[in-house]
Amino acid sequence: MQKSKVNWGASIFLILGSAMILFPLYITIVIALKNPQEIAQSVLSLPKKLHFENFIMAIKMTRFFRSFTNSFIITVSGVALTILTNSMVAYAIARNMHKKFFKFLYFYFVSALFIPFAIIMLPIVKQTSAMGIDNKWGLIFLYIVYGLAFNIFLYVAYIKSIPISLEEAAILDGCNIWQVFWKIVFPLMAPINSAVMVLSTLWLWNDFLLPLVLLSKRDDMTLQLVQYVFQSQFRTDYNLAFASYLMAMTPLIIIYTVAQKWVVSGITKGSIK
Amino acid sequence: MKSKSSYIYYYMIIPAVVLFFTFHTYPALQGIFYSFTNSKGYGTYNFVGLKNYINLFKDGRALHAYIFTFKFALISTILVNVISLILAIALNSRIIFQKLLKSIFFLPLVLSILIIGYIFNYIFTYLIPDAGKAIGIEVLSKSILGNPELAWIGIVFVAVWQACAFNTIIYLAGLQTIPVDLYEAANIDGASGWLQFRYITFALVAPFFTVNMVLAMKNFLMVFAHVVALTNGGPGRATESISLLIYDGGFNGAEFAYQSANAVIYFFVILIISIIQINFLQKREINL
Repeated sequence: MQKSKVNWGASIFLILGSAMILFPLYITIVIALKNPQEIAQSVLSLPKKLHFENFIMAIKMTRFFRSFTNSFIITVSGVALTILTNSMVAYAIARNMHKKFFKFLYFYFVSALFIPFAIIMLPIVKQTSAMGIDNKWGLIFLYIVYGLAFNIFLYVAYIKSIPISLEEAAILDGCNIWQVFWKIVFPLMAPINSAVMVLSTLWLWNDFLLPLVLLSKRDDMTLQLVQYVFQSQFRTDYNLAFASYLMAMTPLIIIYTVAQKWVVSGITKGSIK
Repeated sequence: MKSKSSYIYYYMIIPAVVLFFTFHTYPALQGIFYSFTNSKGYGTYNFVGLKNYINLFKDGRALHAYIFTFKFALISTILVNVISLILAIALNSRIIFQKLLKSIFFLPLVLSILIIGYIFNYIFTYLIPDAGKAIGIEVLSKSILGNPELAWIGIVFVAVWQACAFNTIIYLAGLQTIPVDLYEAANIDGASGWLQFRYITFALVAPFFTVNMVLAMKNFLMVFAHVVALTNGGPGRATESISLLIYDGGFNGAEFAYQSANAVIYFFVILIISIIQINFLQKREINL
């Protein structure tokens, strides 16, 4: 097969286009490292001196470590519990789709995808505050429950492609359904679990609406919510605001940088079959 | 699969059903229920029949939010899909720095919309007007976010900037399913670049086009964080989306019942648009 030449037109187009993506990030980094005088002189230039004290002030002002810890706990435990529970529910459905009851449940969960959050938003706030779970634990819980609709859709399609013969053999060997799932099926689901992990991590870390309506105490605030709540306090201290934005974005940027392949394949597997 | 332990399936699923009903279906039903009342979200309430629905059709603010949201969603969906398809085709060709360029174009995927919105808010408010003044272009010398006629463009821009990453990944996956020999055969037959795009590339990424169009449209119809970060619905109410209206009216305006009715209409609108899209787009798909 002949080796085709480099497509210079496409290369130059993409290199110029990538500036559109990198420019806002460049702005964020240089503003976060300048003092207000330097910003007033020139926004675009590189900082003359690195003002790391911006980060220290932003950390104190927004109580960064508190909200970072909240976001971290919410994302890690939310994603882990989502994978453990949602996969199990989907397994029970996938292996019983010939029964009317389970088939109905499949459509019950999946049809919820078309229900906009806006219709639930007002009542759920009343409900969670009446139950005393308008805090980060309630938030984790809701992410797990709301994730069911989409994740069942993903998992069921995947489980159907796993040959059932292994499970039948295990049952003949005396395993019950519970052991079959955890010992045999769950390990086989690793590729789709990793897709759910990627999609849920992006959602839980970056979500703004659910924390906004649900959380009532300052101590429970997530990193995203803090950026919103502190808008009025940042005012024209753009150096502090941008330092704060940068710190809120960095964890996922780091994960993306070291595990880009994993993130991209997770997105692909989670969206198309 | 027969097993004495088949009852365990029920243990696996019943808690999830109960919880999903309690925290998803039940609040949705409550929303529908309250839409027929005059509840403020607290205190006593009475049934008012269809009054909220009738008032909504006469409500200029609601109508404006629907028009804004449709305009935003339609334009953003088209732009995202066109740009993403071009990006995917370019990234899929033989280019230099392919790995690096892919990493850059996929990066917005992991960034939060709210924060991206705040960063662009700064760019639109300060940097672009400064640049506009410097080069003497009148339109650019003031912030577009402060202009009721133009603010929506800023929101579309940020939405497209952020969403292209996801859609490009999907198109790229689609392009990689197309066998190379199809193009080789087309070359031998002397088909032009455009014909190859029209009858090979586009025909075969059609299923991915359907996925992207439906998902993008659905997400953009629910637009919220973009608007909060860029304009907060302003100037005035020029860029108020339906989600923002329901949020603002429901939590700050004591319009619990009224905005519940709005949410019910919104639900039907999204449902109908999704069904039409899926039907229309799937008819155009070609199976090889």
